[in-house]
Amino acid sequence: MKKLAVPLLAVLAAIGLAVSVYLVFYDAPLEYSRNAELQLNGSSLFFNQKIVYFHVGHAFWLFGAVFVSGLSSIAFLKTRNPRWDDIASASTDVAVAFGAVVLFTGSVWAKAAWDVWWKWEPRLTMSLLLWLILVGYVLVRRFAGPSADRIASGMAIFGMVVVPFVYVMVGEGNSHPQAAPGLNPSEGVVGKISPGMRPALWLSVASFLCWYVALLISRVQSTRAERELRELRERGFDLGVLS
Amino acid sequence: MALLRHAARVAWKDLRIELRSREIVYTMAFFGGLLVVIFSFAFPRDVRAVRGAVPGMLWVAIALAGTIGLGRAFDRERENDTMRALLLAPVPRLAVFLGKAIATTVLVLAVAVVCAPMLAWLLDAPLFAYPGPLVLVVVLGAVGIAVIGSVFAATLLKVRSRDVLLPVILYPLLVPLFVAGTSSTSAQVAEFPNLDAAWYWIEFLGIYDSAFLVLSVWVFESLVIE
Repeated sequence: MKKLAVPLLAVLAAIGLAVSVYLVFYDAPLEYSRNAELQLNGSSLFFNQKIVYFHVGHAFWLFGAVFVSGLSSIAFLKTRNPRWDDIASASTDVAVAFGAVVLFTGSVWAKAAWDVWWKWEPRLTMSLLLWLILVGYVLVRRFAGPSADRIASGMAIFGMVVVPFVYVMVGEGNSHPQAAPGLNPSEGVVGKISPGMRPALWLSVASFLCWYVALLISRVQSTRAERELRELRERGFDLGVLS
Repeated sequence: MALLRHAARVAWKDLRIELRSREIVYTMAFFGGLLVVIFSFAFPRDVRAVRGAVPGMLWVAIALAGTIGLGRAFDRERENDTMRALLLAPVPRLAVFLGKAIATTVLVLAVAVVCAPMLAWLLDAPLFAYPGPLVLVVVLGAVGIAVIGSVFAATLLKVRSRDVLLPVILYPLLVPLFVAGTSSTSAQVAEFPNLDAAWYWIEFLGIYDSAFLVLSVWVFESLVIE
């Protein structure tokens, strides 16, 4: 059963992705602009909004992966059981990949919708900073030697706590006039999505959940195998069996 | 409280070594001063354009000098192998951490004391227009850098690439601190100063510092074993 988990999840994700692609392009309505000026000029329909189904799908599980990593890091520091550290490391690797997708799709969407590749807009800024913390985690794991697992766990926990500050800092939910220079109303907030788009959105979120779990499980298997190999080699050296 | 007394003693040990040798504070201060001079050359001669960049210059100088100071403070412990002595001492580990953080705060503030007047002098910026908020924001920023930096500098003590890993770990976590510091400073330095915004960001910094002080206190024992 365990051996089937990854292929099964991957197949589910593939099916879900295929169906959601169909739904996105043939079923979900086009987003209308709420901007009166744009409507006056005739460009009231946004085809580029359809990227949100993949962008939000990945963003959901980016935050999920960061959460999993942070909680596993806390469990690792408390219990010192290396299996928790495997999960934290694997989840962060997957989070880096998902984060890259979120930033890339966000950038593509920004160029299509706002005609700039980047804007210091709340969600983009927050995603970028979070991604930088995650990349730092990966670098520490790779280059910090034997105590890397401890240091990286500390980073993951601090990263989890920094995120709310970044959220406030970029002015979301904050009405102070100087708090968020350059803040623009953003599109595609889940709550504001019109009902016709919801099936496609939730299906894509569910498919990317299957994808995230499949990636996580296979990455955990690989991390665990690396760690066990490393421990076996050290024991071999200690015993004099290896040189 | 005994904990604070022990922490003060650890901090005073570091600061007394500093006062006698002045090794870290001279190098950090000179480095900060050099940075200010480089910034003066790096930006165009138009005074108005440069004035907007002054808060950023101040905080970049504080950030870089803070990282150097953190590295040096813990390097000294490692070189003389006194870290083990500190950890074996009959004081709670937390007192050691707090003492190191206090000493680092003082060193970072020493750099700020050098850089801010240099910036005001060389670039003709009204940095000291509102000395109260300025002092407060710089002190809170130094405390934040020192606290989070001490946790990770202590953790990285025996790691090979610690010099480059410390900034890699520290800067993303410190971004809210730098944004708050620069926003508050620029609100004070602007042509039409906005003191409400300056105080908002100072409050933000206060909450950020408190949250990370508490988190560091919780997590320090687990992260720093040897």
